[in-house]
Amino acid sequence: MGDPFKFSRRIACITTKHLNTYKFIIFLMETQNFKGKDVISIRDFSKKELLYILSVAEKIEKNPNSGLLKDKIVSLLFYEPSTRTRLSFDSSAKRLGGKTIGFARGEVTSMKKGETLWDTIKMVEQYSDVIVMRHNIEGAARLAAESASIPVINAGDGANQHPTQTMLDLYTIKKEKGKLDNLNVGFLGDLKYGRTVHSLAIALSHFNTKMFFISPKALKIPKHYLDELKQKNIEFIEEEDIFKVSKELDVLYVTRIQKERFPDAVEYEKYKNAYKLDKSLLDHSKKDLIIMHPLPRVGEINPELDETPNAVYFKQAGNGIPIRQALLSLVLGKIK
Amino acid sequence: MSASKELKVPAIKEGTVIDHIPSRVTFKVMRILALNEFEHVVSVVINLKSKTGNKKGIIKVGSRVLTPEEVDKIAILAPHATINIIENYEVTKKTKVELPEEFHNIVKCSNPKCITNSEQVSTLFHVVKKDPLQVICNHCERVMEQSDIKLI
Repeated sequence: MGDPFKFSRRIACITTKHLNTYKFIIFLMETQNFKGKDVISIRDFSKKELLYILSVAEKIEKNPNSGLLKDKIVSLLFYEPSTRTRLSFDSSAKRLGGKTIGFARGEVTSMKKGETLWDTIKMVEQYSDVIVMRHNIEGAARLAAESASIPVINAGDGANQHPTQTMLDLYTIKKEKGKLDNLNVGFLGDLKYGRTVHSLAIALSHFNTKMFFISPKALKIPKHYLDELKQKNIEFIEEEDIFKVSKELDVLYVTRIQKERFPDAVEYEKYKNAYKLDKSLLDHSKKDLIIMHPLPRVGEINPELDETPNAVYFKQAGNGIPIRQALLSLVLGKIK
Repeated sequence: MSASKELKVPAIKEGTVIDHIPSRVTFKVMRILALNEFEHVVSVVINLKSKTGNKKGIIKVGSRVLTPEEVDKIAILAPHATINIIENYEVTKKTKVELPEEFHNIVKCSNPKCITNSEQVSTLFHVVKKDPLQVICNHCERVMEQSDIKLI
């Protein structure tokens, strides 16, 4: 759907002459006008909007309101496998009193008969109040939003975007470290194909962070992301050896080497065991380092780290609930 | 225009002269304008020395004014090209092509996994940087450099 937010901001520019009033109205709009908004890409959100979503999630987590989404139906269209994202959206909606419909595999839909995504969305929008969609094709969420008159939340479109993951990552960092500014954040693993890394780096570029990109040479973060960070005056370092930089880090964001994103199996075999973290990492780190991972993990973090206070990846997965509850409530206009 | 150039590229009475096209993309510009199917006079010269020392091409198209969409396409391939409108052998208007902020249904996404390559959807690209050109797909967010850009 269109962006009413942008339109109303323009109107405010025209009608408001007094600077302070203008600033106040912008503040109100950036913090309160989420009704009907799509959640497609982290690039669509300003720093203020992101902070507002985190603050709403915090409030919901402290005071869960079980009736907030009463009479609302959430469509969960999952064309690609997912455990955490689908279940946490399902749980988020139900815990707020909403109902969910949908599917967990694309093969059971009319897509198999050749129906276009555009047409599928035109049907689904009549059955529900909000659409949550994961798709294997990149840009599918943006297209769905163009087709739908109800809000669309992107739950991952191929290797492109997964904005709710990024928001819960930010929420986890803020909750664990008490701030998002003045942090040294390391990203480890597959930085070439890892969409969570790309989105989190973009989101953190709103804040005063120093970034450390730790990966094998062949899996380095694409250059255009680094160009974007340079433009925003964000300090960053690229490194292959985690132990050369581990002492500086406040946050370590570990990612899986994703088999499904590699163009060929031989390349994947070369890098699948590039990093295997265990307790020895903690001997070379700050005491209060937090270790995050979007999960699933396949061997890059030894389970011996799970019981340490540094490991926050399971808490991170749990943070998907307040974030997704906040987003559903905001785009449905239940929280302003 | 000097007399020697006049001999190389005959003047046209009415139409458009596209100048300052890099030689290597001159034929691509012709393809964009579908000049092989055009029924009026078309003159093409390549490998002329430009003031900057590079090799340039010139295309003269009789009895035709370019559409804004055609000019946008030329701007992608030849960002320093100039468009001269000719009336009665005189240049009546000379403009430099200008890259728009957005390209609507002009560029094909180079990402085979982009939804615009699997459903019938108009493409939209936002310009990230003009020199060197860098664009981002509105749908899959693939960033493309000049060399990746393919026109529809």
